Amino acid sequence: MDLKTMTYIVVFATFALYFGIAWWARAATTSDFYVANKGVHPILNGMATGADWMSAASFISMAGLIAFLGYGGSVFLMGWTGGYVLLAMLLAPYLRKYGKFTVPEFIGDRFYSKTARIVAVACLIIASLTYVIGQMKGIGVAFSRFLEVKFALGLGIGMFVVWVYAVLGGMKGITYTQIAQYCVLIFAYTVPAVFISLHLTGNPIPQIGLGSKMADGSNMYLLDKLDMIVTDLGFKEYTTAVLGSKLNMFAYTMSLMIGTAGLPHVIMRFFTVPSVKAARSSAGWALVFIALLYTVAPAVGAMARLNLIHTIQPEAGQNLAYEARPDWFKNWETTGLLKFEDKNGDGKIQYVADKETNEMVKVDRDIMVLANPEIANLPNWVIALVAAGGLAAALSTAAGLLLAISSSISHDLMKGVFTPSISERGELMASRIVMTLAILVAGYLGLNPPGFAAGTVALAFGLAASSIFPALMMGIFSKKITAKAAIAGMIAGIGVTLLYVFQHHGIMFIKGTEFLGNMPKNWFLGIDPKAFGAVGAIVNFAVAFLVEMVSSERPPAHIQHMVEDIRIPAGAGEARGH
Amino acid sequence: MSSNDSYWRANLRLMAICLTIWFIVSFLFGIILVEPLNEIRLGGYKLGFWFAQQGSIYTFVALIFFYSWRMNKLDQKYNVHER
Repeated sequence: MDLKTMTYIVVFATFALYFGIAWWARAATTSDFYVANKGVHPILNGMATGADWMSAASFISMAGLIAFLGYGGSVFLMGWTGGYVLLAMLLAPYLRKYGKFTVPEFIGDRFYSKTARIVAVACLIIASLTYVIGQMKGIGVAFSRFLEVKFALGLGIGMFVVWVYAVLGGMKGITYTQIAQYCVLIFAYTVPAVFISLHLTGNPIPQIGLGSKMADGSNMYLLDKLDMIVTDLGFKEYTTAVLGSKLNMFAYTMSLMIGTAGLPHVIMRFFTVPSVKAARSSAGWALVFIALLYTVAPAVGAMARLNLIHTIQPEAGQNLAYEARPDWFKNWETTGLLKFEDKNGDGKIQYVADKETNEMVKVDRDIMVLANPEIANLPNWVIALVAAGGLAAALSTAAGLLLAISSSISHDLMKGVFTPSISERGELMASRIVMTLAILVAGYLGLNPPGFAAGTVALAFGLAASSIFPALMMGIFSKKITAKAAIAGMIAGIGVTLLYVFQHHGIMFIKGTEFLGNMPKNWFLGIDPKAFGAVGAIVNFAVAFLVEMVSSERPPAHIQHMVEDIRIPAGAGEARGH
Repeated sequence: MSSNDSYWRANLRLMAICLTIWFIVSFLFGIILVEPLNEIRLGGYKLGFWFAQQGSIYTFVALIFFYSWRMNKLDQKYNVHER
């Protein structure tokens, strides 16, 4: 069977599975729709969180980034996992104890202010929309490459699939489809990695293979060989290449960690478990399922880089003739993600670090995972599986984000602030309509990305890190922070982060409006705009404490009791009035 | 109330221990001290590089389960567990 037919079969079989689950798990009440009726087992919730969390960026882009950044790519590995430690200790158990439906709802209640709730909704929507655009793009790319349909049509199919199960099932439908999507994506990610590790090192476990000797008889460790080859070609040494500076790596990692803990679509998942105890262990399970992919990714990255160089330069000093290039090379050339220019006219491919003589003028990082099975000559069904896995990763994250956006509008803005008299049936209907609109907006933005879509995902973390995480933490760990302090903190935090991003990437990302230019030499202390969320978070905390210090105001007694109450698990079982 | 207060203080102490380890394996071993640690080898891995790309993640997983286990004990001890 040819690759295209096989891919169609695998991809549409997974879609049919998602639809079936959605029908089985459709939502009847707002509690079903927002929090899956708080009945999800902690291990299953961990799996769903894994899929919710691991987006097209984790599945498709991350290993490619690591392949080209080497050690510098560690910021993504540590940053996107370390946040769960913060989530498990600082936020999830207490927010679960509080037992409401959304993140802004907690902020509004804790800071006894509708304004605080509205500011939180605004921060949530800015962060989540930034994030969802990347997912929509990922869906379009996966479709156009593997199923050879137009980008717009692929995007449309993806939007329809999400619409069916997210609108029908809400959180309940999303939870159970995410569990299925986790299984698809982890299988699709690890199978090629196992084959490649076995092929290169003779060890089937990629995490061990990466630290093993090559199976080619050279008796060299894989990482040493990679270091040697890349430095011979003029690139930075793989295992020591720093990303910017160490301060930048520190800030980048911190920003991704606290951003992870502050992303509403992830926090929301912990509202669906039955108890505080379950919320704690569920965060651990979530990280187990995430770590399965995240510890394989560095092996995939390093081995893909090695395979790529080996294809182009089978022996040192011996280069592949362009005419003899393999099929995967040709396939990716037609997508424009791989480009060759014969600069010295010898008909052979020179791939070196020096821009003057390098002939691989474009090697898109995203192709590393997608092309990996082809580069390693794996069978067609593995390639088809990777396509389905990439789509599962993008769809599951998109659904979680869309739910976070729609619940913040229907539950926080409509039910909470503007039309409190709405009935439960009315609210359920409203959340479905809002979800539909959110999908259309996300699809539109995916089709017409505001020019910055490539780097958007990391930005979403900076925004969540600088606004939502500090507000939640202060709400739980301090009884003194007032409404004014929290609101000032959130606005200052997200404001500083946005300002820094805008001054380097243009106002609203419009080219030419950046007033400092996106040049590393203009970066504050050499910190990448994508890593600035950590600084934004510090500003948020500092401003809030300053406002709290200068005003003599204290939160009312019932709020202080509420904080004392969320700190102890007892009493979380019973349902609370909404 | 004082029992709840000492429960909270015990929780904060446990949290401080866990977050110190969290900081050591990632920021300290993975970034700040990466060069000296890279002098030590773990099979084909340089140790600093291993912490940055493997070891920190394993430690994070263990930390959450450790915290979760200790907290369940504290919940029982201070009688604030869910019924």
